[in-house]
Amino acid sequence: MNAAEIRTEILDILENIAPDEDLTDLKDEVAFREQLELDSMDFLDIVMELRKRHRVQIPEEDYEQLASMGSTVKYLEPILGAESA
Amino acid sequence: MYDTLIIGAGMSGLAAGIRLAYYDKSVCILEKHYSIGGLNSFYHLRGRDYDVGLHAVTNYVPPGTRRGPLARLLKQLRFRWDDFALAPQVGSRIAFPDVQLDFNNDIDLLRSEVAVNFPEERDNFERFLARLIGYDELDHQDFDVSTRQVLADVFTDPLLMEMLLCPVMMYGSARENDLEFGLFCILFRSIFLEGLGRPLAGVRLILRHLVRRFRSLGGELRLRSGVKQICADDGHAVGVVLDNGEEVSGRQILSSAGRVETMRLCGKPPTSVSAPAGKLSLVETVSTLNTPPDQIGCDRTMVFYNDSKQFSWACPSTLCDEHRGVICSPNNFRYDRAVPEGEGVIRVSTLANYDRWQGMSDEEYGLEKIRWYDRLVESAVRFVPDFRSQVIDTDMFTPKTIRRFTCHENGAVYGAPDKQPDGCTHLSNLFLCGADTGLVGIVGAINSGITMANRYCLNPGQK
Repeated sequence: MNAAEIRTEILDILENIAPDEDLTDLKDEVAFREQLELDSMDFLDIVMELRKRHRVQIPEEDYEQLASMGSTVKYLEPILGAESA
Repeated sequence: MYDTLIIGAGMSGLAAGIRLAYYDKSVCILEKHYSIGGLNSFYHLRGRDYDVGLHAVTNYVPPGTRRGPLARLLKQLRFRWDDFALAPQVGSRIAFPDVQLDFNNDIDLLRSEVAVNFPEERDNFERFLARLIGYDELDHQDFDVSTRQVLADVFTDPLLMEMLLCPVMMYGSARENDLEFGLFCILFRSIFLEGLGRPLAGVRLILRHLVRRFRSLGGELRLRSGVKQICADDGHAVGVVLDNGEEVSGRQILSSAGRVETMRLCGKPPTSVSAPAGKLSLVETVSTLNTPPDQIGCDRTMVFYNDSKQFSWACPSTLCDEHRGVICSPNNFRYDRAVPEGEGVIRVSTLANYDRWQGMSDEEYGLEKIRWYDRLVESAVRFVPDFRSQVIDTDMFTPKTIRRFTCHENGAVYGAPDKQPDGCTHLSNLFLCGADTGLVGIVGAINSGITMANRYCLNPGQK
């Protein structure tokens, strides 16, 4: 998956987790928490969804890398980029 | 070998099951009864449907609200607001002998009622509301402070204090006489700052959604499968033995049976458990009327009544508590669909003495139910219009009924007074969920199941 595809996938996950949120103007460089009503359980679900959909295991010490869309895509590129499309 | 075994198909067990099944864990819910729901269940009698437990769903907020316990559970379980079809309450009342305070899902009504009935407390009430709104659940500051003490610090009129304690304790206090201020905040918010609602079809709608979702995700539900024993090896649970002798193994066990009850399944007698089981249980009279209740003036959704200036909350020495209770009519919600006019239901619930109900012969039990139906309804009609001449059918359940169908010790409905919020036990992979871990009610129980499943069973960070 390339960066754009990863971004789309994260948006899809966010839509699944928080269907009432408006994601149209989501800013990549701003933390999710500052733009969306996401609590720690929702963050857990982002991690769980990635695991469920892509078999990606993210260790707890890396959770802070998922703070924003930009940092999340950057973190996942090497991991998901290795997946076949 | 299942990933997780869940004991109990009540609200917390089903919710935990959904979270686990959704994330591809193999889950088996083991329920002793032939039906689901536990303390919040339903039954069918002589052609009619009734709810057990659910009087109203608390934490009601309008659709689109993104915060709060209801929004959280809908998100976590991947339900839409519409799925639970909650209709808001018409309006309820706190009824003491000389004063009534009405309230609905808009806090402004209670505000104005307090201003009218307790004018000198108006500003104090505003400050009190601000304090409740500002209470941070995660922070837990002041959690253990006595609510009676806080009320005495804030207010001067004892009657107002008693009237505010009454509905909150009736909703969710496992503890007699007083409760922790942190808990008071959470419960008060659930009822007054959020609100009350109910699906037209009652609790079965919610349960049906939960079960369907659970099964569709691959979860297994086994009814008539009571657990007789939890088997452990070297501080680690390995599985359970069912009442029929069958062994079922699992890597983790989540139990909604209650702390004392779960310890008993582990072979630990109740005396070894430092915190005792809850002892507050209920009776409920169910009266079916030949008219919608509001046609005869019974238009309140719920009436929390107390027949003296003092509100006390303790296990009665008599079979039932004649002095205080909750009168609820499931008809009095603002349902979308026009309900076919015709019948109505009024339920009166009061505290009851489990030991005394349990200790009777079958014949005495039958007679006392009849006698106490009459006494409790007579007590209730001091606070609502007298509906007795409209009654076409009746039913009644007691603490013994609750114990029989849920296995909860003492027929306790609020869980134990000393909660175990971390849900941990002496076994490294056995956890508690449900009332004994904190919150009660449908929303509380569902969130409890979700939290425990997330925390202990999903382990996302582990390799």
